[in-house]
Amino acid sequence: MSSVWLLVGSVGLGTVAIKAVGPVLLGGRPLPARATGLVELLAPALLGALVATQALGDGRALVFDERLIGLAVAGIALWRKAPMLVVIVAAAAATALARTVL
Amino acid sequence: MPDAPPTRYRDGARAVAPFAIAVAGFGISFGLLARADGWGWLAPILMSATTFAGSAQFAAASILGDGGTVAAAVAAALLLNARYGPIGISVAPWLEGPRWRRFLHAQLVVDESWAIAARGEGRYDRRILIGAGLLLYVAWVLGTAVGAVAGRALVDPTKLGLDAAFPTLFLALLVPQIRNRKPLFAALLGAAIALALTPLTPAGVPIIAASAACLLGVRR
Repeated sequence: MSSVWLLVGSVGLGTVAIKAVGPVLLGGRPLPARATGLVELLAPALLGALVATQALGDGRALVFDERLIGLAVAGIALWRKAPMLVVIVAAAAATALARTVL
Repeated sequence: MPDAPPTRYRDGARAVAPFAIAVAGFGISFGLLARADGWGWLAPILMSATTFAGSAQFAAASILGDGGTVAAAVAAALLLNARYGPIGISVAPWLEGPRWRRFLHAQLVVDESWAIAARGEGRYDRRILIGAGLLLYVAWVLGTAVGAVAGRALVDPTKLGLDAAFPTLFLALLVPQIRNRKPLFAALLGAAIALALTPLTPAGVPIIAASAACLLGVRR
């Protein structure tokens, strides 16, 4: 029980601090020109990594499972400019369907 | 060039609403998982309210649930959240006002609100960020509360294919970022770095290392 509270407290405080550092110390001022070239590629770099690890990661293993079918369906739906909710529901439904059928 | 009409907080909430539904679903499953691991109902809700970062919370809970130490669980969660260091720096120029307000606004920065507020070329829309972040926060905390209080009456989210919702969310956030070749290369390089490191390093490290892909943007 106490280990749960220690975990909740430490992770909570640590995360709040990590999130606050940039905005509290640097807030409201433009970044140096040299840094903006890096910062503008941060979003695609991290999002690419998140797509890959969420689609293929399972702990420390890489697995190819039904999530990929859902992601492929999502890719098609995004390409056809489907609304966001449709994209997510289609991906989840395709994955769930593949799990029951395959 | 005429200015675009100013955005409102509501626009951010509206843009992120479909994501918020999936986030609420995962909040429910976090509440369920923690409750089943003997956390009681209050600890999972408080964790969602303070940490507000799904992947870190799941990682910490599963390490503790598998018999890992508190130190290992805390380390994994903070590594997963370390990406919010550079992410916070990227939005810092757009968060104005007194320090306490910047501190509070910074807490609303999560992957989805950050990506949806991105206007390209390193620009961010503060109102979109805050409106989206607030709705996601409510969805995450309320979802957790439902899961933690309702207990085991609910189903396994993987049976509903909800685990595929996450790569889908991130793909949907990535697509509008790909305006030309440079962000495309950054995304592919980030994905390659993360996949290469996944078997080799603790959770969270691959994502942080992937941020090195932004070095493609070094200006000569």
